[in-house]
Amino acid sequence: MNMLNIAVDPAKVPAVAFERSPGYWQTVLRRLLRDKVAMVAAFVILLLVLLALFGGMITPADPYKSSMLSRLKPIGTPNFPLGTDELGRDMLSRLMVGARLSLFMGITPVVCAFIIGSVIGITAGYAGGYVNTVIMRTIDVFYAFPSVLLAIALSGALGAGITNSLISLTVVFIPPIARVAESVTTQIRTRDFVEAARASGANAFTIVRVHVLGNVLGPIFVYATSLIAVAMILASGLSFLGLGVKPPEPEWGLMLNTLRTAIYTQPWIAALPGVMIFITSIAFNLLSDGLRSAMEIKG
Amino acid sequence: MLQFLIRRVLYTLPIMLGVALVCFALVHLAPGDPLVSILPPDASQQMQQELRKLYGFDRSYPEQFASWVWRAMQGDLGTSIASNRPVSAEVLKAVGNTLRLAAMATLIGFVFGCLFGFVAGYFQNSWVDKAASFTSVLGVSVPHYWLGMVLVIIFSSILMWLPASGAGPGGSDQWKWNWEHIKHMLLPAITMSVIPMGIIARTVRALVAEILAQEFVVGLRAKGLTDVGVFLHVVKNAAPTALAVMGLQLGYLLGGSILIETVFAWPGTGFLLNSAIFQRDLPLLQGTILVLAMFFVVLNLVVDVVQTLLDPRIAR
Repeated sequence: MNMLNIAVDPAKVPAVAFERSPGYWQTVLRRLLRDKVAMVAAFVILLLVLLALFGGMITPADPYKSSMLSRLKPIGTPNFPLGTDELGRDMLSRLMVGARLSLFMGITPVVCAFIIGSVIGITAGYAGGYVNTVIMRTIDVFYAFPSVLLAIALSGALGAGITNSLISLTVVFIPPIARVAESVTTQIRTRDFVEAARASGANAFTIVRVHVLGNVLGPIFVYATSLIAVAMILASGLSFLGLGVKPPEPEWGLMLNTLRTAIYTQPWIAALPGVMIFITSIAFNLLSDGLRSAMEIKG
Repeated sequence: MLQFLIRRVLYTLPIMLGVALVCFALVHLAPGDPLVSILPPDASQQMQQELRKLYGFDRSYPEQFASWVWRAMQGDLGTSIASNRPVSAEVLKAVGNTLRLAAMATLIGFVFGCLFGFVAGYFQNSWVDKAASFTSVLGVSVPHYWLGMVLVIIFSSILMWLPASGAGPGGSDQWKWNWEHIKHMLLPAITMSVIPMGIIARTVRALVAEILAQEFVVGLRAKGLTDVGVFLHVVKNAAPTALAVMGLQLGYLLGGSILIETVFAWPGTGFLLNSAIFQRDLPLLQGTILVLAMFFVVLNLVVDVVQTLLDPRIAR
């Protein structure tokens, strides 16, 4: 609506075809759809998610059924298209079912850290001053640990298990997300529309909900998606060390660990679970890069 | 400048204290009694009390923390519960081995990362650039412990060129810079170098692109400077940031070597951490993590200071 027309009687305004410019998210979506690399990555992720949801129903064999007679069969054996593992279980079925736990272990910590880190970062950024200093200096302490070290230290102290590795990975990813959330919020806080809202008497909660969230969640979200690949590698890494998922559950990192004994007898089977982790992490990295350039976020 | 240095050092002190607090908290975060791994199952009540007193677990948390920090500052990190040897000696030996590996990996990663980054930045949007960019995506996406396994499969299992694990005939105590020892280091170092390579390549590419777009480059070209001369100017401008990234990567590798060291049975800090975790040797776990984290904090400080010396604009 043009500001100049406000005083004019609407009936006298000549009917001009009012063309809405496409919204921000529409533009982002259109750019993303044109990005071939990002679309291929998104398709791969879709396949992996479908595998995680329904993989258990369509496996050719029972992923838990072991057989001492058919241990470490090579790739291409009849009935075992991708061979068998060190306990004679069908590799193809285990890789399919493994998608569920592996994706769950990689994505959940990032989602939890996205929520908690955003709350912490937006609070620090919006409150500013003393509160900001206390929160951000505490975050800095966690920055003093390389992420792999922190994840392993926490899981090592808490003990092995799915819940404990989810907790430690969440703790690892909260500081970087909070830092990004704080820096974007600090930039938004000083903008005129926030000042205007404050002048009109809106309280802090309303301002954050109405004016800040919409502007900061996008960049924080994109940053969080770039962490999923790291989280996948770390989560599988914890299972690889024996700190995450416990046998006999199929999880790609754990499968890599138990198959290490087979690298001289059936090397290519031993490498298979890692290929799955690699593909997943490339797909998430490429999609996140595409999202970042579609949203025109730099850095 | 001096003011900046003092401010930067003072800023590091509370972080160090925070790091120590986190490391201290780790032991008390752990479920179960920290003494459980050395106590025989039928230990008497009195023996438990005595051991608890010996390791100081009978005092209040603030008291334990203060005495732990005080002793840590004097280089005493306590006694390993499993081996009964001083933690500091064990950690120091392992840190040396890991540092050797991480430094080699950083060097390889830096050389190739810069190479890819410069080529990609100079020939933006050409096929070389796209190939280099794709390689760096692969570098940051690869699960490095798996890459280590694949390299072992190729070079040890199939080609039988290089040993799969260990630190050489002399073990970790008698390391020498000869081929017998270096060949044990090649596979883990190459595996480890992939991460900094991807990150350095990305950074250098962005830096070179930014520098080439600046007016002074056009000016240098206009006054007739050769391509080699322009290249030297680009290197000089890109160096502070590239070196800073390299320094930080060395820190990340030191702390993140545990997975690779496990794959290659390299006797460093990762290996030590691994055994500390599975033997539930909490003083050893605590000490190793403290040393690695402190090293990282100090490295950050050094990188900042060196970067400021190279490029005084940062001090502001």
